[in-house]
Amino acid sequence: MEQTERTSVGQPEQRIDAVEKAAGKVKFTDDYQAPGMLHAKLVTSTEAHAYLQSVETAAAWKVPGVRAIITGETFPFHIGPILADRPPLAYEKVRYIGEPVAIIVADSDYQAKQAASKVVVTYKKLPIVHNVQQAFEASAPVIHNDLGEYTKIIGNVYPVAGTNIASRIKIRKGDFGTAWKNCTETISETYSFNLSDHVALETRSARVEINPAGKVIVHACTQSPFTIKKVFNQFFNLDVGSVIVHIPMVGGAFGGKGTVQLEPLAYLASKAVGGRLVKLTLSREEDMTTAPCRIGFDATIKLGVDHNGKLLAGQYTFLIDSGAYSDQAAGITRAAALDCTGPYHIPNVWCDSYCMYTNHPFATSFRGYGHPELTFAVERTMDKLAKNLNMCPIELREINTILPGHTSPTQAVITKNNIGDAQKCIALAKERIAWEEGERLVGENGKVRAKGLSLFWKTSTTATNAQAGAILTFEADGKVNLNCAAIELGQGTKTVLGQIVAEKLKMKLEDIHVTMEVNTQSDPHQWRTVASSTTFLAGRAVYAAAENAIGQLKKTASTVLQCAEEDLEVGGGRVYLKPDPTFGVEIKELALGYKFPNGHSIGGQIVGVGKHIQRHLTPMDKNTGFGKPGPWWSVGVQAVEVEIDERDFTYKILKAVTVLDGGTIINPMTATQQMRGGMYMGLSYAAIEKFVFDHNEEVENNDLRQYGTLRYGEQPEQYTVDFIETPAADGPYGARGIGEYGVIGAPAALANSLSNALQVELNELPLVPEYLWKMKKERRQ
Amino acid sequence: MKLSNGKGKMVAPLLINGEIHDVIVRSADTLLPILREQLGLTGAKQACQNGDCGACTVLINNQPSHACLSLAIETVNQSITTIEGLSNSPMQEAFVNNWAIQCGYCTPGFIVNSHALVTNHPNADDNIIEEWLQSNICRCTGYEEIKMAVKSVLKTSSE
Ligand code: FES
Ligand code: FES
Repeated sequence: MEQTERTSVGQPEQRIDAVEKAAGKVKFTDDYQAPGMLHAKLVTSTEAHAYLQSVETAAAWKVPGVRAIITGETFPFHIGPILADRPPLAYEKVRYIGEPVAIIVADSDYQAKQAASKVVVTYKKLPIVHNVQQAFEASAPVIHNDLGEYTKIIGNVYPVAGTNIASRIKIRKGDFGTAWKNCTETISETYSFNLSDHVALETRSARVEINPAGKVIVHACTQSPFTIKKVFNQFFNLDVGSVIVHIPMVGGAFGGKGTVQLEPLAYLASKAVGGRLVKLTLSREEDMTTAPCRIGFDATIKLGVDHNGKLLAGQYTFLIDSGAYSDQAAGITRAAALDCTGPYHIPNVWCDSYCMYTNHPFATSFRGYGHPELTFAVERTMDKLAKNLNMCPIELREINTILPGHTSPTQAVITKNNIGDAQKCIALAKERIAWEEGERLVGENGKVRAKGLSLFWKTSTTATNAQAGAILTFEADGKVNLNCAAIELGQGTKTVLGQIVAEKLKMKLEDIHVTMEVNTQSDPHQWRTVASSTTFLAGRAVYAAAENAIGQLKKTASTVLQCAEEDLEVGGGRVYLKPDPTFGVEIKELALGYKFPNGHSIGGQIVGVGKHIQRHLTPMDKNTGFGKPGPWWSVGVQAVEVEIDERDFTYKILKAVTVLDGGTIINPMTATQQMRGGMYMGLSYAAIEKFVFDHNEEVENNDLRQYGTLRYGEQPEQYTVDFIETPAADGPYGARGIGEYGVIGAPAALANSLSNALQVELNELPLVPEYLWKMKKERRQ
Repeated sequence: MKLSNGKGKMVAPLLINGEIHDVIVRSADTLLPILREQLGLTGAKQACQNGDCGACTVLINNQPSHACLSLAIETVNQSITTIEGLSNSPMQEAFVNNWAIQCGYCTPGFIVNSHALVTNHPNADDNIIEEWLQSNICRCTGYEEIKMAVKSVLKTSSE
């Protein structure tokens, strides 16, 4: 796939969506209105664990404008992406506060709200499961009595009936037991953090109508339109082809819009009113606690080294707080296990990763898919191990870095084509954070400045048959339309895909018209827009489509120019003879077929098609984890410098550094945007974000006033972003995925820097001043 | 002007982006749904309806206001400017040129607020910028590019 001179790939081309967005003219899902459209509102549970005794709707029906009220009996079946364990509307039982219990459909939004407040739900309370530790105990109340009977939607999920274990994933590599005994130094540490939220600025929204011919038309802000079709097919018995999903641009997703929760509810609502168009938009409060959130995480990590500091053995126990339903947390349980070591070579690995039910709001994927959490635990342990060994923490990492020839925890072979260059990343990050200047300095103002660093890695654990397709249609002026089902969530994917096409066709990006909306009826299938897989999968598909179009252009041109196709080249809007570039024909003469002077025509429209499917991925073995989970690993290093005032434990983030080996970078500016935004998100999570639960397991801070996110001025004073570009043999122009990576190491780097600053061990998140003060006080006593 | 509790409606003239528009208002309606649903001015977003995120920011008499907290009926006789009324403003250009836009959901609110900031404080220092922009949340960018965008306009306007 090598080309010599590139004109679009590698260039900081302006995003194709920026001008429209700045004008406020982009229509997001909730921005559409239609006369006659009905509005839906949810009635949600006020108990964390209870039997539903009755749902009385008589008073709600009296509110003017109410057209339908739907309760759990309408659809008493379970759905879910991995394990089908969740009724879309609570049926017989509620399992978290905020769970949908009924849907009101009314003429206007305020009528639906009024009616929702008049539904009376009577509960019979059950004992609550408050956290993963309790959930794990044999005596804990069981949240899913029918766990043994639930349908598995994918293979790698192992529920344990009669317990709160939704899935248990095991990794067994080498001989941990023997290796552990041979270690000269060992360490064991535990970590814990609470559930939190995505806070995509656009709250979730869906509209559904069912036309008289039975077509179900869905408009949604989703990362997974084809999964919506699949879910409707599996659970509502609809033909996949009858379900048509439209997705405009999405106002941030971060993994939270990858699962299918809202659309089935909107479908049930539309069905209840004879198929009329119904809109269901969540309020911020519902978006935080009714819709799925981010996992909570408890981890115990044991590491052992030989006398040189080489890692010999690692044991990892993860208890993932999945909340009331397993959703994508079951997949995160697996993803965290298969990358459990971080980017280190450890010959003997033992990992037990548990997806635990509790009576919290349920969790789904979040940018990084368990890796920021796992990396936090691994990298904090590495820092402490280095301290115990009296070693520089960077040196400990350098001598244990995973390299080509080693194997991953699931025994996938690491090669120079499927992994980035961790050592180069370390060297540059060290420079960027000015490590040699000192890890901890006391300034003249009495404030302490300290640094911390984190390595990280991640593979894209896609479905083994994850795929994407693309169609290029040529216009009469020789310009090109690009249609594919990659979704623009803010990450710039449409720009990047346009660049790949422009590069391949040797055209300008402005001559590629990229369709921003996705329509599942006209766009080829794409697995999902998740897992940092789009540049890779859709990128390969659009590359192939461009190659396909080039073949067609050359074929028609060879007749026109009376020469062999092999002698032709495409570029600059023309097809021309390689040895004599002045002899050629313009693409616009070929785009809709070539017409000879006598009127005879040949070729027809140039329509390039392309597709790409993952190669040689396998599920994991149940007992050892053995398997090849993803196509490649991107690796990187992040570092943070903080300045803390020990009088009140407030701190400033002075600097945040990312060095990532993401393969070839298609657009350095959108990639930099992703890294900065990712660091911000990871730092905000680590610094202040978490759900605060009361004793009934109700989220107390379910709005943006109380749920803190770092705001303007609280971001790092300086971000630096660098890319090492070790080309991925398989990627389009050598690119790998990068979308999630800016987040992954940031929490660990922040915790390492603050632990250095205060000389205490910080094993919990978020790192709020009160927690820092408490830890320091404990240490002084 | 008095409206009955929740049920009554009236036709009210609102001055928006220099034009008068007749809209139908309930006493409980805030400005935000009126702009979005009756006038198709969906640049102002509804992301919290609680004054916490700034996505709904519009100008009322040139001062940034949360459309989700402003009662529509109280904006009669006021001059309202939405993002749609700021087309081709230097701040919009600055957001584009400085890569301050990702998903774009926070963008209209940020641009409207930043536009008001530079008009009210052409010499704003970092503290003033921070005070003004803390009212808006962006979840995508990490604020660095937004900072550069605002500063680029301040620089040109103070020159
Ligand atoms: S919607 Fe008005 S401040 Fe958030
Ligand atoms: S660009 Fe997405 S919230 Fe700001």
